[in-house]
Amino acid sequence: MSFTSIVAIALGAILTNNFILVKFLGICPFMGVSKKMDTALGMGAAVTFVMTIASIVTWAVNSWILVPLNLSYMQTPAFILIIAAIVQVVEMFLKKSVPTLYQALGIYLPLITTNCAVLGVALLNVQENYGPVESLVYGFTGGLGFILAIVLFSAVRQRVEESECPESFRGFPIALISAGLLALSFMGFSGLKVF
Amino acid sequence: MNFRKQLKEGLLTKNPVLVQLLGMCSTMAITTTLFNGLGMGLTVTFILICSNVLISLLRKVIPGSIRIAAYVVIISGFVTMVDLLLQAFLPDLSESLGVFIPLIVVNCIILGRAEAFASKNGVLASALDGLTQGLGYTLALVVMCILRELLGSGTFGAGLLNGGEGIRIIPAQYPAMMLILPVGGFLTLGCLIAFSQWLTRRLDNRSREKAAGKRKEAAAK
Repeated sequence: MSFTSIVAIALGAILTNNFILVKFLGICPFMGVSKKMDTALGMGAAVTFVMTIASIVTWAVNSWILVPLNLSYMQTPAFILIIAAIVQVVEMFLKKSVPTLYQALGIYLPLITTNCAVLGVALLNVQENYGPVESLVYGFTGGLGFILAIVLFSAVRQRVEESECPESFRGFPIALISAGLLALSFMGFSGLKVF
Repeated sequence: MNFRKQLKEGLLTKNPVLVQLLGMCSTMAITTTLFNGLGMGLTVTFILICSNVLISLLRKVIPGSIRIAAYVVIISGFVTMVDLLLQAFLPDLSESLGVFIPLIVVNCIILGRAEAFASKNGVLASALDGLTQGLGYTLALVVMCILRELLGSGTFGAGLLNGGEGIRIIPAQYPAMMLILPVGGFLTLGCLIAFSQWLTRRLDNRSREKAAGKRKEAAAK
């Protein structure tokens, strides 16, 4: 493991293989909480935090408990329980110390548990055979990619909501199509090669 | 219990993807060939029936405060089973769906039906709900697949028909590659939801006109 591979993982997670726009992980909060930029930022930060912690904890549980005991088929249930516990902690913390953000995130906060980006990063870490540092970097930068996409999209969406469009497209469909155009622009990064 | 009503709700009026807007991730991610879409749809349907039945059976035993955690454990158990079965018997499908099979655990449709239906209804009705909602999901996936595959790679049924090659409808140099890339997922689903909204509005208007017409007739009498 070298510095270059870390940079490659980071760039991949933020730009070329962005979790939302290229891998389609975490679409629910991306669509649900992107109506205002500050809530989007709060959601992004919460998701990044959970993703970072989850990727290091699941790495530890997987390689110290599940693999030695030959229980690697229990990965999915084990990971989802770990993630649920982490989200519970974050929820209690936010409720106590940042109540405004807690209220703005509403139902989407407990739903981070069922955010595919979080479980996805845990499973992908195992699939790619990442070590502890790589898992941590992948989780954190994946979260940064999530923030980038959701903040950009919330800015686009505020303008789209106010402009006119055919009646059937109003609301969700036009949001999806704008997200598609955003994904198109992210495809431009796919030519990016590191070293 | 009303099978026809539930089937109509699952497939059309309360379609999990097109109307309830659940399960977006997998809908956009894996709908590039008919094989993927059909495989994913039927897998989810199977898991949905199993989890609905078990949750409905246990609905009086599970304490309310920890029910979500209990549902997630039940669902992830079934998903793990199906994941291992697919790896053993349908390695092609398992390979091409990749990480999206274990991710069925966090598919909102399954948890949503557990919370909204199975936790309040009997076993048979829950099984039926699982079947109809699952078929609705499969229908949306298959429509997405057919559109994206036809416009994006110019074939029909790749991975299933004609020895896995699929039937070529548009010559290889014309299709818009863009549609089988991630962008296509967003664009196709956006248009499909817009179409379903247009259709519901039209049907609503027509039934309202009918009702108004009847009222007029009654008034004339």
